[in-house]
Amino acid sequence: MTPPRWPLRMAGIGALMLVAASFWTLDLKLGDLLAPSSLAAMGRFAAEFFPPDLSPAFVARLSRGAIETLAMSVLGTLLAVALASLLCLPAARGAGGDRAAGPIAVRLLCNLLRSIPELVWASLLLVAAGLGPMSGTLALALHTTGVFGRLFAEAIENAPPGPAQALRVQGTRESLVLLYATLPQVAPQLLSYILYRWENNIRAAAILGVVGAGGLGQMLAFHLGLFQMGRAAGVIGAMVVLVYGVDLASYAARRTLVRSRD
Amino acid sequence: MTPPGVPGAPLRDPAWPRRCAVLAVAAVLLWPLCVATEFAPWRLLEPRSLAASLRFLASFLPPALAPDFLARVALGAWRTIAIATCGTVLALALAIPLALGATAALSISSIGGRMAVVPAAVRQCLRAAMVALRTIPELVWALLLVRVVGLGPTAGVLAIGLTYGGMLGKVYAEILESVDPQPARALLMNGSGRLHAFLHGLLPEATPELTSYTVYRWECAIRSSVVLGFVGAGGLGQEMDNSVRMLAGDEIATMLLVFVALVAGADLLSAWLRRLQQ
Amino acid sequence: MSGHPETAARLPGLALELAGIELASAARGSQRREILHAIDLDVAPGEQLAIVGASGAGKTSLLHVAAGALRTDGGTLRLDGEVFWRLDVHGRRRLRRALFLAPQLPPLPPRQRVVTAVLAACLPALGFWRSVAALFYPTQLPAVRAALAVFGLEGRLFDRVDRLSGGERQRVGLARALVSPARLWLLDEPLAALDPVHADQVLEGLCAQARSRGVTLLVSLHQAELARRHFTRLVGLRAGRVVFDQPTATVAPEQWRALYETPASSGPAGVPDTPPGLPGPAGGGRA
Repeated sequence: MTPPRWPLRMAGIGALMLVAASFWTLDLKLGDLLAPSSLAAMGRFAAEFFPPDLSPAFVARLSRGAIETLAMSVLGTLLAVALASLLCLPAARGAGGDRAAGPIAVRLLCNLLRSIPELVWASLLLVAAGLGPMSGTLALALHTTGVFGRLFAEAIENAPPGPAQALRVQGTRESLVLLYATLPQVAPQLLSYILYRWENNIRAAAILGVVGAGGLGQMLAFHLGLFQMGRAAGVIGAMVVLVYGVDLASYAARRTLVRSRD
Repeated sequence: MTPPGVPGAPLRDPAWPRRCAVLAVAAVLLWPLCVATEFAPWRLLEPRSLAASLRFLASFLPPALAPDFLARVALGAWRTIAIATCGTVLALALAIPLALGATAALSISSIGGRMAVVPAAVRQCLRAAMVALRTIPELVWALLLVRVVGLGPTAGVLAIGLTYGGMLGKVYAEILESVDPQPARALLMNGSGRLHAFLHGLLPEATPELTSYTVYRWECAIRSSVVLGFVGAGGLGQEMDNSVRMLAGDEIATMLLVFVALVAGADLLSAWLRRLQQ
Repeated sequence: MSGHPETAARLPGLALELAGIELASAARGSQRREILHAIDLDVAPGEQLAIVGASGAGKTSLLHVAAGALRTDGGTLRLDGEVFWRLDVHGRRRLRRALFLAPQLPPLPPRQRVVTAVLAACLPALGFWRSVAALFYPTQLPAVRAALAVFGLEGRLFDRVDRLSGGERQRVGLARALVSPARLWLLDEPLAALDPVHADQVLEGLCAQARSRGVTLLVSLHQAELARRHFTRLVGLRAGRVVFDQPTATVAPEQWRALYETPASSGPAGVPDTPPGLPGPAGGGRA
C-alpha cells in the first residue's frame, strides 16, 4: 500500500524551503573557502601539525591524559548505572497498585537529563565542582543516567511477567521481585547496551575537557591556545587511538556476552 | 525418588569463588578510577562551593523573559537549526559519492564472483576515508576550523558536514547493501551505468530507510550544533556559553527550556515523517 | 481485622472458603464470557482435594481466585476465616505469605540457577537484607537440596534453569512449594509436562509432603485416574460451574462422563475434550 503522495510532497517541499532559508540566513560564503588564497592558508595551517610532537616526556603526559579520560568515561558510566537503578526502583509498578505520579515524574526527569548534551552539563557543573575531571565525570553521569533510566524502565516493563507474578502472589515485596525475577531476565540485554553506551561516553569524555573538565580535551584546548600545533596533533592522535581501543574492547566484551548466553 | 533429608557432602556454591574474584577485582579497580578522575563528591558540600552552587541554582528562577533577550534566544535557536540543516546538506554532498563508491551493491566486478582486487582496494580506501572523518570528534574539527575560517557558523557547518559525512556515508553504504541487489545487478549486467543502476535499481527500495536515517542524523546535528556553539560556532550554544561565563542563571534557564523544546519538536517531526512513510 | 499473632498454637494448614464466586471475562456486551459461576468451596485446614475437569473448564481461574491473584466480580474469598479483599494492603500481604501458587508454566527465569529459582519461593520468610545477601551466596542450601531430592533433582542444584528439560523444570517449580513458608498449596496442572510414571511418583511425593506438614492442598488435574488414586475428595468443574464436590469413592461413572461432554447449548466456553480419564483406561499426562 503506497502512502498518499501529497503529505510526502509537502514534507519534501518543506525540507527544501528549510534548506534554502538556512543557507540564506547564515550567509556562509563557502565559495570563498575554495579560493586559491584561502586554500593555501589552509594548507599552511595543516602543515603546522606535522610533525606531531612524540617526545617521550610528552607521550607520558598524553598517557596520563588518556588514562584520565578513560577513567572519566568508566566512572561516569558506572555512576549512571547506579543512579538509574535507584530511579527505576520506585518506578516499578506494584501488583495492582497504581503509583501513577512516581513513574511519570521519573520519566520527565530522565528526559530532561538526556536532552541536555554532556558538554552543556559540564559547563554548568564547572560552577559547582570547579575545573578538572570531576566535573566531566559528573556531567557524563547525569546525561547517561537519563539515557539508562528510560532504558531500564522500558526493559522492566517489557520483561516476561510470569516469574514476577508468581513471587507477587506469594506476597514478596516489590524490590525483591525486581531482583529475583525481573533482573535475571533483562540483565544480559542491559549489560550489552551499557557496554555499547561506553563507546559513546569515551568520545564525550575526550572532548569535555575543552571547557575545562579534564582529560585529553583540556590538553587540546591548552596546546591550541598556545599555538603548539605539533602537540595538538599528538593529543588528537591519542584521542583517536583511545576511542578506537574502547570500541574494540566494547565489541569484544559484547561478543563474549552473547556467546556465554548459550 | 530419594526421601528428603538425605545426608550429603557439605554444600558449597561452586560459583562463589569466581564471584568473589570478580568483586575483588572491581573493588581494586574502583580506587584508581576515583583517584584518576579526582572524584571527591564531598568537595561539592564544602561551605564555600556549596554556597556558590546554591546561589547559582537560585538564579535560575525565574527564567529571563525580557523581550529583547527572548528575541536573541529565538534568533539563536533559528541559527542553530540553520547550522544543523546546512551541515547535514554538506554531509549529504560528501556522503552520497562516498557511499556510491564504497558500496558493494554497485560493484560490477563482483557480479557472479568475488570482487576484483583493484575495485576492492578502492572501496577499502573510501571506507577508510569515512572512518577517518567520523572518528575525529566534531568538536575537534570545529576547534581547528575556527582558527582557519574564524568564529561563526561556517566552522560549525563545516565540522558537522565533515563528521556527519563520514557517518552518513557508512550507513548509506550499508543500507544499499541490505536491500535486494537483484534489480541493480540486472541493470548493471545489461550495461547501464552505476548511477543509473543506483537511481532505478537501489534507490526506490532503499529510500524509506535512507530518509529515516538522514532525518535522525539531522536531529543529532541540532544537538551537535548547540555543543559546537561552546567553541565559537554561533547559535544557541554560543549564547549559552556567554551566559554561563556571566553566571546568569535566569538566561541559562530560558535557553535550556528553549533547547529542550527544540529537541522535543524535532523528535515529534521525525516521528510524524516516519508515520507518513508507512 | 488484621493479624492473628504467629503462634504455634494455630493449625498448620490454611482454611479456604469460596462463597458465590462470579468471574467473567473483561470484554463488554455480547462478548462477555462467564468464566466462573456461583462457585462455593469449603476447604478445612490440612485437607487435600483435586479439582478435575476438561480444558477450559475454569480450573486455572479458580486456583488464581483462591490465591487472591484475581479479583472477582462477585462472591467472597476467605482465607483463615478472614475476608481477603476487605483487608488492607498489609493484611493481604500477610495472608499472601501463607500461600503458594504453582502456575502451569513454571515461572522460572531461564538464565537463573535452580538453587536461586527455588530460593525465591522462600523469600517471604527471610528478611529484606538476608534476601539481598542470598543473591550473592545462596542461603538455606540444605532445605533447597532436600526439596529437590523429593523429586529426584538434587544433582541439578547449581545448574541453569534453561539447561533442564520441560519435565525437570516443572518439578523444580513444585520443589519451590516445599521451601516456601506457605500453609496452602495451590498447584495448577502440576503434571502437565511429566510422563505417566513420573507423574504418579511426583503426585505421591507432593501429597505425602503436604500431609506431613499439615498443609492444605488443592491440585487441579485433567488426569482423572491419578486424581482418583491420590485424593479422597474430588471437585468436578465444568464450564465454570461446580458439578460435583464429594468423596472420591462416591463419584459415579456418569458424573465423570458428564464432566467431559460438550455443553448442550452455546454460551459458557467449555472446550470439549476426549475424556482422558474415565474410570478404566489409565488417564496419563503427556510424556
